[in-house]
Amino acid sequence: MSLQDKKRERIPTHERDTQKRKEDFFEVNLGYEESEAISEAQRCLQCTNPLCVKGCPVSIDIPGFIKKITEKDYTGSGEILRQYNYLPAICGRVCPQETQCEGACIMNKMKGFQPISIGKLERYVADRNRSEQGSIPVENHVNPTRQKIAIVGSGPAGLTAAAYLAERGYDVTIYEALHLPGGVLVYGIPEFRLPKEIVRQEIDDIQKLGVQIKTDFIIGRTMTIEELMKTYAAIFIGIGAGTPRMMGIEGSELIGIYSSSEFLTRINLMKSYNFPRFDTPVRVGQNVIVVGGGNVAMDSARSALRMGQTIGHSEHITYHPNHVKVVYRRTESEIPARIEEYHHAVQEGIEFHWLMNPVAYIGENGKLKAVKVQQMKLGEPDESGRRRPVPVEGQFEIFEADTVIEAIGQTPNKLLLESFPQLKLTRWGTIQVDDQLMTSVEGIFAGGDIVTGAATVIEAMGAGKQAAKSMIAYLTGK
Amino acid sequence: MSYTILRKKQVAPNEFDIWIKAPQIATHAKAGQFVIIMSDEESERIPLTIADSDGKEAIRIIYQVVGTSTQKLSRLNEGDAISNCAGPLGKPSEIPTGEKTLVIGGGVGIAAILTIIKTLKEQSNHVTTILGSRDSEHIILEDEIRQISDELLIYTDDGSAGTKGLVTDAMKSLFEGGREFDAAWAVGPTVMMKYCSLVAKEQDLLIWTSLNPIMIDGTGMCGGCRVKVNNTIQYACVDGPEFDGRAVDWDILMNRQKQYLQEEQESEHICRLGLSHQSQNGQEESS
Repeated sequence: MSLQDKKRERIPTHERDTQKRKEDFFEVNLGYEESEAISEAQRCLQCTNPLCVKGCPVSIDIPGFIKKITEKDYTGSGEILRQYNYLPAICGRVCPQETQCEGACIMNKMKGFQPISIGKLERYVADRNRSEQGSIPVENHVNPTRQKIAIVGSGPAGLTAAAYLAERGYDVTIYEALHLPGGVLVYGIPEFRLPKEIVRQEIDDIQKLGVQIKTDFIIGRTMTIEELMKTYAAIFIGIGAGTPRMMGIEGSELIGIYSSSEFLTRINLMKSYNFPRFDTPVRVGQNVIVVGGGNVAMDSARSALRMGQTIGHSEHITYHPNHVKVVYRRTESEIPARIEEYHHAVQEGIEFHWLMNPVAYIGENGKLKAVKVQQMKLGEPDESGRRRPVPVEGQFEIFEADTVIEAIGQTPNKLLLESFPQLKLTRWGTIQVDDQLMTSVEGIFAGGDIVTGAATVIEAMGAGKQAAKSMIAYLTGK
Repeated sequence: MSYTILRKKQVAPNEFDIWIKAPQIATHAKAGQFVIIMSDEESERIPLTIADSDGKEAIRIIYQVVGTSTQKLSRLNEGDAISNCAGPLGKPSEIPTGEKTLVIGGGVGIAAILTIIKTLKEQSNHVTTILGSRDSEHIILEDEIRQISDELLIYTDDGSAGTKGLVTDAMKSLFEGGREFDAAWAVGPTVMMKYCSLVAKEQDLLIWTSLNPIMIDGTGMCGGCRVKVNNTIQYACVDGPEFDGRAVDWDILMNRQKQYLQEEQESEHICRLGLSHQSQNGQEESS
């Protein structure tokens, strides 16, 4: 293929029709067909000094796995991915590739070229291998012959650390507080972005490596860290960001106001979109306001939209999606959400109101009726480098609303930390670690959101892997 | 993990007393704590107070059938297993030593005071217990509680057991008789806990109440169980469930407990029709 051929536009993946997808929770992006994946893979320049790899938090050999696609060697391609990433079908779907591998792709700098669709190719390989075979080669299944290691939390950090350690012969047990493993992958990210069956299968693969997962197990309550220390040679804490931050403004106790954590947990973990087949309900009114501009805000808004009403019966059924507004205190250019998710939200009819911040919730008979929002403007840059939103004196608006979902971030969950005060914390309440990810207590490591504050799935996986390497070094005295 | 029901007995109309095999919880449970139970994979996660523990193998739960989740639970018998049981959750009761204490249990909330009384006695406290319910049939655990309390008063709405009246009448008669206490507990329906707290407040008496807002994860992750205590937001699952009732905003709690009333009725209706597994959101299933 000539360079001129590689210049053509990246091949888009198939997406479900906007009108149809608003009515259900099935996956929006349908991925590539084989011929499309091959064509897209053929565009890769196969750089000898690939920038994409530097942009990847787990340094996947990206040109390597893409080359195997052009050779139709999907097993080989999957094996390359597996060397770096135990959750490729998940990462292919939820990584912010545009700021990582794809953002670093050399083609961004070449006039008339577009970056390779690395995430979608990763997804293609992972999905294809998953449907044809158990995706981890049997020779990787080893009988544990080395020490016992405990992992607290079964999210992306914990799963990655567990898989890495199990492949190297350690006897790994993961403790999960909820009734299903996966952490944010099951309670946070919605089905239409990350089908739970895929999460389950990738976790199954990790269990095949010999990793044991104990659910309903709250470290700090069901068992203490001190007890774990008696049984395990090392411990990794990857318990995530934990507790929702809330606005705390007047009227916050009214019925109809959710944290995004509660709202998404009801929908994703408890499957309340299937109520009453599943027993947990979620109440979503027809006028919904989501507060925030991150991925969680997009997930909340798009989930709320899908919880609309089916009206009529038999052939006269019409579906009425809910009316959803997102209010964000900065502007479009500052939203932390992935651009792809923001575009999906816009396509689906979510309204965005920039430079607005709720200041009070107005109720009637204990239920939310309206939200009073204040007009904001951008001032001087803050410590994050983004311009700080400041209120415009005296300028308010009232939005009618029966449901509010606050998606303004998380703070560390105190449950485990309070039960084990020996762990030194930072001034943000996250766990303090050294450059090997070891905490202030010898033999206890930590990584992911509980160390960095809320971040991405892939960054948590990167931390899980780094911690696993440090744990091996610690245990082998190297 | 198999959470088998080892023993089951009906203790009142629509109230069941079960022992569940859960060694890890049994060895860690303390007075005042609760578990989150799912009877099957489609169930809600419902919080239920741990009524007792054998300290080795099993925990005891006493629940009232009030909605779909508890109906499903009630269909399981000895030898059956529930799908999930997580705990012990919440902070344990703050048990003093050598004090004069008053413990009040109302309705199925009586189940929750059993371990509190036991632990108070272990710490050499004097315990006066008040049990209240609508009628004699709904007074549960009377014999067990009589054995461990220093003094026991029973009040029923219809007078079919003990004295006719409310538990707050019992409190008032004690105070009018000049009795003094260092600390009190009240566990039962929210409205009962509210009025017990008002009476205690008049006496300047610390009164611990076990709050039961709608809850999902029980580990501080969702914020659904937020309550207002001393004008600050607290999460009942991790900051409680016991709070000084004098500082609780009861009206907010009662309003928030009604969030899913409509869905509960819809689900329970389907459940009663027996159309497979349907349910409601757990409120006041126990205390």
